[in-house]
Amino acid sequence: MKKTYKIEVDCANCANLMEDAARKTAGVQAATVNFMTQKMIVEFGEGQEPQAVMQNVLKACKKVEPDCEIFL
Amino acid sequence: MQEIVIDILLAAVIVTAAVFRFIIGARPDGGMTRKQKVMLTRILISSAILLVLQLIPAALFARLDEALFPTAGRWLRFALYLADYFIIGYDILRKAVKGILNRQVFDENFLMAVATVGAMALAIYENGDYLEAIAVMLFYQIGEWFQSYAVGKSRRNISDLMDIRPDYANVERDGALEQVDPDEVEIGTVIVVQPGEKVPIDGVIVEGSSSLNTSALTGESLPREADTGDEIISGCINMTGLLKIRTTKEFGESTVSKILDLVENASSRKSRSEDFISKFAKVYTPAVCYSALALAVLPPLVRMLAMGLAAEWGTWVYRALTFLVISCPCALVISIPLSFFAGIGGASQEGVLVKGSNYLEILSQTKTVVFDKTGTLTQGVFEVNGIHHSGMDDAKLIEYAALAESASSHPISKSLQRAYGKTPDRTRVSDIREISGRGVIAAVDGVEVAAGNDKLMEQLHIDYIPCHQAGTVIHMAVGGAYAGHILISDIVKPNAQKAVSALKSAGVEQTVMLTGDGKKVAEQVAGELHIDTVYSELLPADKVAKVEELLQQKSGKAKLAFVGDGINDAPVLSRADIGIAMGAMGSDAAIEAADVVLMDDDPMKIVKAIKISRKCLGIVYQNIVMALGVKAACLILGAVGIANMYLAIFADVGVMVLAVLNAIRCLFVKNL
Repeated sequence: MKKTYKIEVDCANCANLMEDAARKTAGVQAATVNFMTQKMIVEFGEGQEPQAVMQNVLKACKKVEPDCEIFL
Repeated sequence: MQEIVIDILLAAVIVTAAVFRFIIGARPDGGMTRKQKVMLTRILISSAILLVLQLIPAALFARLDEALFPTAGRWLRFALYLADYFIIGYDILRKAVKGILNRQVFDENFLMAVATVGAMALAIYENGDYLEAIAVMLFYQIGEWFQSYAVGKSRRNISDLMDIRPDYANVERDGALEQVDPDEVEIGTVIVVQPGEKVPIDGVIVEGSSSLNTSALTGESLPREADTGDEIISGCINMTGLLKIRTTKEFGESTVSKILDLVENASSRKSRSEDFISKFAKVYTPAVCYSALALAVLPPLVRMLAMGLAAEWGTWVYRALTFLVISCPCALVISIPLSFFAGIGGASQEGVLVKGSNYLEILSQTKTVVFDKTGTLTQGVFEVNGIHHSGMDDAKLIEYAALAESASSHPISKSLQRAYGKTPDRTRVSDIREISGRGVIAAVDGVEVAAGNDKLMEQLHIDYIPCHQAGTVIHMAVGGAYAGHILISDIVKPNAQKAVSALKSAGVEQTVMLTGDGKKVAEQVAGELHIDTVYSELLPADKVAKVEELLQQKSGKAKLAFVGDGINDAPVLSRADIGIAMGAMGSDAAIEAADVVLMDDDPMKIVKAIKISRKCLGIVYQNIVMALGVKAACLILGAVGIANMYLAIFADVGVMVLAVLNAIRCLFVKNL
C-alpha cells in the first residue's frame, strides 16, 4: 500500500536524510521524499498498519532533522 | 579596513532585514513562514547588537578595569559578545548537540558549531576578535534564511504555475446554479461552465458553443472551437459562450487530475545527477571533517617534531575551522532538485509533460529519434492529395468519383466524399457494380463512370497513365475515355519537416521512421522529410524488434527516443529508452504508457522537449561545476591560510545564492 503525506522541511539535504531514515524504519518498503512538493510517499510492507509505522517514521525523522514535520 | 567593511555590511544587513521583516513579512502574500519570521527577527537583533558592540571603543572597557577589578572589562565584553552569539546561534548549537547524541554527527550544524565555538575559544584566549565567530554564524544564518525563503518562494511560484486544478463545478439545482466540489460530481451530471471559467471535469457538450483556451494544457495559444456534441476535456478555459456539459468521468479520472498527478509526482523520480549529489553529500561532509582535524593536528606536530619550529597551534586550528565553514554542501543539494523541478514546471506550461527528473535527463542525452509514421509525422487521415492528367474540371472529376463511390463505406470512398464536400445525391447514380479488389463502375447522370485501380482500367481496356507519386491512386474513366487519376494519401503534418531538421540541429544524430505502410509510400514520406532510415511494412511486433535492434546498435551513453501517438504502440513506447506520446489530449492510454507526453500533436514539440531537457541539464552541470569549483578553490586557499573565515562564509552563501538563481532559469523555456 502506498500513501502520501504532507511534510514540512526546510533544506534539501535534510529531506534526503529524512528519506533515508524513513526507508530504514521497520514496515516501510520504500519511501521517497519530494522536497519540491513537500511530500513524502511511503510504501508499506504486507500487512503493516500505516498509522503505527508512520509514528516510527516520524520519530526516526525527528532524530535526523529536529525541525521537520510530517502531517499524519 | 576589514572592520569597517564588516560594520558597513552589518548596517546593510540591519536595513535589509528590517525591510523584509516589517514590510514584506507583514504582507499576507509575502510568502514567509512563521519560522522564517522568527529567524529574521533574530538576525535583526543580533546584527544590531553586534554593530553597537563594534562601535563601543575599547577604551570604555579599559576604564571598567580601573573602576572595578583588573579583568572586569574583559569579562563584560566577553559576556556581551557571548550573549549575542547565543541569540544568533543557539539553534545551531542545539541541533549539533542533538546530532551528536543521535549519532548523526557530520552535518552542517556540527560544522558551523565547531567552527564558531572554536573561533570563540581562540578569541577568549587572545582577548581579541569575537566579531569573527559571531559574524560567521550571522552570515551563515542569513544564507540559510535566504535559501529557505528563495526556495520556498520559487517552489510555490512553480506550483502555482502548474496549478490548473479547478476549484468548483457549477451544478444546476432547482433552477439555481450551485457551486460544488468537483470531487462530488457524479458521472452523467450536467454541469454549467460560464465564460471565463475552467472546465472542471471531462464531458460532452449538451448545449451551447464556445471557443476554448487550451493553453494551460497544450501551451498553444490559438483558441479551439467547441460545439454541441463535441467532447470537451477538463483544464480548458471557456472563453466566449455558456456551455452545459454532461460529465463522462469522475473528477479523479479527468484529464486535469491525471496531469496534475503526473506533474506533481514527476520530481519524486530522481535523476542520476540527484542520486550522485545525495551520495556525494554523504561522503563529502565526513571527509571534510576528518581533513579539518588533520589540518589542525598534523602540520603543528610536523613543525614541532620534524622541523624544530614553533607549533603555531592557533594558526592551524584557525585554518582548520575556516576549512569547516567552507564545507557545507547545501548549495549543491538544493540547486539540483530545484533545477529539475523548474524544468519540469516550465515544460508543462509548454504542453510537454515529463514524468520524472530521470526522464528529463535521458531526454537530454537522446541521439536517436525513432518515429512512428502514422499519427506522428503524418496526420493519420487519408485525403485527396492531388488530381493528375484530368481533362475536365477537378471539381467535376471529384464529383463523378464521389457519386460513383457513394454506396461504399471504404475509407477511400469516405475521403472522396470529404473532398466533394456535399452529400452525394444518390438519385443521380444508378447501375452500380462493385468489382471486388478493383473498383466500381456506375452510371452517373446516365454517363458510365469507372473508378478504380490499374487492374480495373486493364479490364476495361482503357489506357491509363501510372502515377509517379506514392499513395492510393484512383483512375477515372468517364464515358469510356480515360479522365485522369485521383491521388489519395495520408498527408504529412505541416511542421514535420521543420521538426526533423530542427532535431538535427539540436544534436540528434539519427532519425528513423517505422511504419506498417508499403515501401513506396514510406520512402516517399521519408524522402520528403529527410529522415535517415526507414523500415516499412512492419507489423506492431516487428516495431518492437526493430527498436531493440536499434538499441543494440547505439553506443554507450547515447539514448534512443521513440515517438508515437500512444494508441497502439504502447509496447514500443516502454521498450525505448524514453517513450514520447503525442497528441495526448484525452487519451489515457498515451499518458499511461509514455515517459514524456506531448499535449498536442505538433511535431515541433518533440524538439522543444529535447531543448528544454538540454537547457535544464546544462544548468544542473553548471551548478555542480560552479559549486564544487568554488568550494575546492576555497578549501585550498583556506588550507594554505590565504582565505579567512569571512571569505569562507561568503563563498558558501554566495555560491548558494547564485546556484538557486541559476536553477530558476530552468523555468524560462518559452522561447527555446
